[in-house]
Order: sequence, then structure tokens, then C-alpha cells
Amino acid sequence: MSSNSRFLSRRHLLTQVAPATAAAAFGFGCTKKSDSAKPTVDEPKKDEPASAKKDDTLTIGFIYVGPRDDYGYNQAHAEGAKALSAMPGIKVLEEEKVAETMDVQRTMESMINMDGASVIFPTSYGYFDPHVLKLAEKFPKATFLHCGGLYDATKHPTNVGSYFGYIDEVQYLNGIVAGYTSKTKKLGFIAAKPIPQVLRNINAFTLGAQSVNPDITTTVVFTGDWSLPVKEADSANSLIDQGIDVLTMHVDSPKAIVQTAETRGVFSVGYHTSQAKLAPKGYLTGAEWNWSVVYEKYAKQLKEGAKWEHLVRGGLKDGFVKQSPFGAAVGDDAQTAVAKVRSEMMGAGFAIFKGPLSDNKGAEVIPAGTTHVQTDPKLEAMGYLVKGVIGSTGT
Amino acid sequence: MHPAVRKWLPRTEPFIVEGIALAGSLCVFSVFLLAVGSQPLGVFGDMLDGAFGSSFSIQNTLTRAAPLMLTALCTVLPARVGLVVIGNEGALLLGGLGAVVAARVTAGLPPEAVMLAMLLVGGLTGGLWITTCGLLRQKRGVNETISSLLLYYIALAVFLWLVEGPLRDPSSLNKPATYPVGQDNMLASIPGTDVHLGLLFGVAACVLSYVLTHHTTFGFGSRVAGGNSRTALMMGLPLSRYVIVLCMLGGAAAGLAGVVEVSAIHETANASLNAGLGFAGILVAFVARQHPLAVIPVAILIGGIEASGGLLQRRHDLPDATVDVFQGILFVMILGCETLFGKFPGLRPEAPPPPKPAAPRGAGGTPEHSEALLSSEPSTGLV
Repeated sequence: MSSNSRFLSRRHLLTQVAPATAAAAFGFGCTKKSDSAKPTVDEPKKDEPASAKKDDTLTIGFIYVGPRDDYGYNQAHAEGAKALSAMPGIKVLEEEKVAETMDVQRTMESMINMDGASVIFPTSYGYFDPHVLKLAEKFPKATFLHCGGLYDATKHPTNVGSYFGYIDEVQYLNGIVAGYTSKTKKLGFIAAKPIPQVLRNINAFTLGAQSVNPDITTTVVFTGDWSLPVKEADSANSLIDQGIDVLTMHVDSPKAIVQTAETRGVFSVGYHTSQAKLAPKGYLTGAEWNWSVVYEKYAKQLKEGAKWEHLVRGGLKDGFVKQSPFGAAVGDDAQTAVAKVRSEMMGAGFAIFKGPLSDNKGAEVIPAGTTHVQTDPKLEAMGYLVKGVIGSTGT
Repeated sequence: MHPAVRKWLPRTEPFIVEGIALAGSLCVFSVFLLAVGSQPLGVFGDMLDGAFGSSFSIQNTLTRAAPLMLTALCTVLPARVGLVVIGNEGALLLGGLGAVVAARVTAGLPPEAVMLAMLLVGGLTGGLWITTCGLLRQKRGVNETISSLLLYYIALAVFLWLVEGPLRDPSSLNKPATYPVGQDNMLASIPGTDVHLGLLFGVAACVLSYVLTHHTTFGFGSRVAGGNSRTALMMGLPLSRYVIVLCMLGGAAAGLAGVVEVSAIHETANASLNAGLGFAGILVAFVARQHPLAVIPVAILIGGIEASGGLLQRRHDLPDATVDVFQGILFVMILGCETLFGKFPGLRPEAPPPPKPAAPRGAGGTPEHSEALLSSEPSTGLV
């Protein structure tokens, strides 16, 4: 106790310095009062986005929630942004690691006010409500195109649009690859949260694998958040210890999981973008976004002043998503099977989610005879894990 | 020498020392910028532009500063009695959650009543959370720094469980969130600006904390106890009461930050509340040297640095971590320059003979810092 109190007393003294301190010395203390009284961001000049500027360069702002070189979600978007910056007459602004708080509102506003952006791509799901909706009302002349949201014309402003891809199609194909490659017939899936977008991927992956062998199981671990590399690696190790020999994931950066799988000598299936470089031996394939298709289309329409769609969705057929090139461990039988299903997907009439389908608690979720096509909004509210998935949505 | 000059000259010392720290930071940061291939002057210009260059920038800065003022107090107030509390983020999360619950329970009442309920419940929740650290320390001898950090992890787990489970709004599909507090119950902006009223809460909380810690017997007693707890006990000062009250108030401030985040920005409690505002508050508290009034300008400074981060990324193609690097340099410089206090003899002409042989290093040596006299252990470099 005595050494403790000495420590406290010294520390306390250290903290006691004359009243006016650090920043007051920098002269910022006095700016406060006068500035908060200053009027307004609503000066009409500032409200006007860059489209009103004379030169017809279209300035587009991209906002990422994490680092843009994360081997994952944000990198996939940054690659799309890079494709845009190569287009003539387009200037791309980028800002990474912007939190889903007031930060993103200020970033959007700053891109519009200070750098003349007229189109904003806030790429994280959590930016939408309330942040994008609020800014869209404040800057009616700017266009906000959001990834993942479900645009609703009855509720949302007209200068907002939302886009997303049916990446579960690739997950299904990946499931086929995993089903052929796995020897233990036990697959592992590490995911952030049990939300519809994630559950749809887990289910599609499992259904793909079960199309090869109905007895295959997928064990799911939810880490609780989008970017927890340590926990992801721990989960990977524990799944591998349980005899799982193909790992895939739905987290922002698959890096830690793919690397862990490679070190432990099991197979991995990537997500968001290609992680093949990280696992030259074990990387089977992956589900990748191909955002440049979406971005180039939007940019062209906006630049020409043409009409653009408020709700954009697309899958393999539209080129929104793609499968990573197969790794060395993928056999010919798997490749043939994938090619066959892919060609069915490219045509019409293939549905991943069709009855009879029951969840892993035994309840029927899609009755026999019912088929949910990809565009069905019901699939965007998925709340179950299909039979053969070991894990719980927690509710 | 004129008495006024004699009185005020020593008070310029902190300004001079901090000026040196700032200049030093800018020099070191320039080297960093040159190393990554940027023009320091251009970067500084844009930082100033992004932080204070226009009415938009200033409002951006102030909006970011508001929650930092409140979360910083969660470290500052317990520090008066010698505790180092770093669990600010946990109190913020639970405060935000408390606000949502309060808004649900009082739904239908006039907005003013709902707001009052949110502030009370949010503040109380945060306060009780940090009080736990104080109690654990006083009753069980648990180190409050460790317990407050661990309690943050518990708070986060409880928060996520409630947000994604019992309190979840089923219509929040891909981003689990609680039921909203309601548009009518949202915290307004300061008239004529885009800065929410949370800024006024922050400033008011800092000023009130200053009055409490520097102009009341309670504040004086707690400083004595913070200086030396054994002496305080010997003098019959109620140490435990100081600890509990200051933990309660500090936690309440961080809880209020959570209320403000929910009621001014998010409208719901969701995982985005866990954005590090509480941890940034620790930095503010230490840079402000645990002085409640200094928290205000320091929070504005840190808010300004963060506000300028976007411009650095967009105009100079610098990585996001650049502003973190600058904050880090600044933090180390300010703490390092602490040793410069008392090294400017010219600033203290004809100082009255000190009642003690030497003012302790770091205490600034200014006469009002009487705890130096009260400490039976002149800090002689022992840590």
C-alpha cells in the first residue's frame, strides 16, 4: 500500500500544472466563443455541389470504414474507385477509416463543401441510416450512392441510391468447391454478426457444399464485430482443432483467417477480394466483388446527366461479383461441377433458395414448391441458418 | 517591478512551455512528412484550413470536441483524488443505452421530459459504472486503472448483447440497433450553427467541474487526499466519499457523452457508439493535465486535428494514420516538456521565499498549488 500511495501522490503532482494549459497556449481557447455564434453552413454558395462548377469534371468521393488495403471489403471498393479514376473527366477523392458516427457526416459534407464533390459513395452499410439520409436532405443537389442499403422510394430522398451484389451466388459455387475438396466433410465459416447479408452467405455456401454431399456440415463462429483479427485467428484455430479442413469467412478483412489456415495446412476460401497471395498452397477460390462494373456505369450515367436507378442489384450474370481463379488443390471434378452450375446461373431458372428447405432447428423455412429468385426482397431479411449449419443466430 | 507584472509573469510559464512543445511537435512532424514525401508547410496549411479555416471547419471541429470534453472529465475528476480511470468508453456505451431505455419508457411524454429522462438515466448509468471502479478500489483494493479497463470490455459485451438481443429493433436488418428514441426527442443544434447542444453540455460540465475541484472545500479536500491518501485519512478526510463522488460525476459525464451521441446523432444505440470517443477522452485529460478548464481548449485542439485528417488524406494522399502520428508526437512532447517548468528563472522575479525548500518537479511551482505543501512525500523522482 505504501508504494502505491507514493505512486499516486507523484502522479497526482505531475498532473497539477498551472490552470491555463496546453491548448490555451496555442491560442485556440479564444476562437471558441465567437465561432459558435457565427452563422451557418447554410450559405447558399456552400450548399451548391460541384456540378454547378464551370469545368465539367465530375468529382466523386469514396468513403471507406476501414483501411483501403485491408485485403477485404474496403480494398474491393478501393479497386472499384481506382478503375473510376482512370476514366476521363472524373476526379476521385478517397477517405479511409471513417467511423459510422458524426465523422462520416462531416466527411461527406467536407468532400462536398471543400473539395467540390457532387457524388458520394459511402461504402459501409452503417453509413446509411441516419448519416446518408441526413446529408442527402441537406445537400439535395449532390448524389449519394450507398452500398448495401435497400432503397425505398416511399421513405428515402430522391438523390439517394443503393446498390449491392448477389455474392451468395459465388458463395454457392465456392461451397461446391469446398464440398469436393474437403476430406473431413466439415467446413468452417467465421462471420462477424448474424445479420441477413451474412446468413445468406453462410446458407448459400452450405447449400453449395451439400449439393455435392448432403451430409456436409458447416460450423459457424460469430466473432461479434467486423474487424477483430485476433479473435478471427483464434476462431480459425479452434475450428481447425475440431477437424475442419476448409475455412471461409464473412468479416471485413479475411487476411488473418486465410493466413492462419495456410499456417495450419488447411484450405481456405476467400471473400471480398482475392487473398490468393496470402495462401499460395491452401487458397481454393473466393467470392470477390467487382465494383468497377457498378461504379463505371453510375459514373457514365451521372456524367451524361442520364437517369440512374435508385435500387441496383446484380450477380454473376451482371458481372457485379466474380469467383477467384481456382487454386492448385481444386480438382477437375469440382471445376466441372462449378462450370455447370455457373452456366445455369448465367441463364435463368436457377435459384439457390427454394423449397423444401428447413433451418437447423428443424423448422421449415421455405415450403416445397416455393422458389425465391435472387431479387426477392425476402432474401434480404433472412434470419435463419439452414439444416447442416452448426451454430445459432442467437435469437 | 510592478506588482501586477510580478503576479502575472509566472502565469505565462505554461504558455511558453506549451508553445515550445507545440513548436517541437511541428518540427518532428515535419521530418515525418518529409520522410513520406509531403510538403510540411502545405500540410500544415491544410490542417489549419480543415480545423479552423472556415465556418464549416470550425463547426466540424467543435462537433468533434463536444463528446471529448465529456469523456475527458471521466478521467479528470477521479484524477483529482489520485485515481487513473481509463474506462470512459464503457460508461459512454452504457450511458447511450440508458438514454434509449429512458426514451422508450417515457415515450409519449413531451420531448423536454424525455430529454431530461435520457440525461438523468444516461448520466446515472455511466456514473454507477465508474463508481464500481471506485468502490472496488476503496473496499477491495483493486487497481482502478485495470478494473475500469476490464469493465469496459464487460460494458461492451453487455451493450452488444442488449443491442443485438433483447433491445433490438427487428426492422434493423443488417445493422442491429435498438428502437429509436424518436425524431421529436432528438437534441437540437445550437441556434445558427450545425453544432449540437452537446457542446454546451461539455463546456458547462467542464466549468462546473472546475468550480467543484478548485473553489469548494470538497475539491480542496479531495486534492489533499489525492496528494497523499494516508495524510488525508490521518486528518480525518472522508477519502472514500471523495473517490465515490468523483467517480460518480466522472462516469456521469461520460454517460452524458453517450446520451449526446445517441440523441444528437444516431437516434438509436448501436455498435457505432463504440467509436473510441472514450479512449480519445483519456488523451485529452492527460494533455490537459487533469485540469477541468484546460479540457475545453485541448478537446478543441484534438477535435481540430481529427477534423483536418480528411483533408490530409484527400489533398495530400497521406494515410489515415497521419493525424494519429501527429497526436502521438504532440502527446509525448507535451508530457516531455513538463520538465521545463521552473527552468525559466526570469519568469519568477523576486519570488516570495517558498515555505518548502523546493517546489516539486512538475507542479509548476505556482503558489496556488498548495498540495505540494500538503504532500508529506516530496516527489523526488521516485516512481
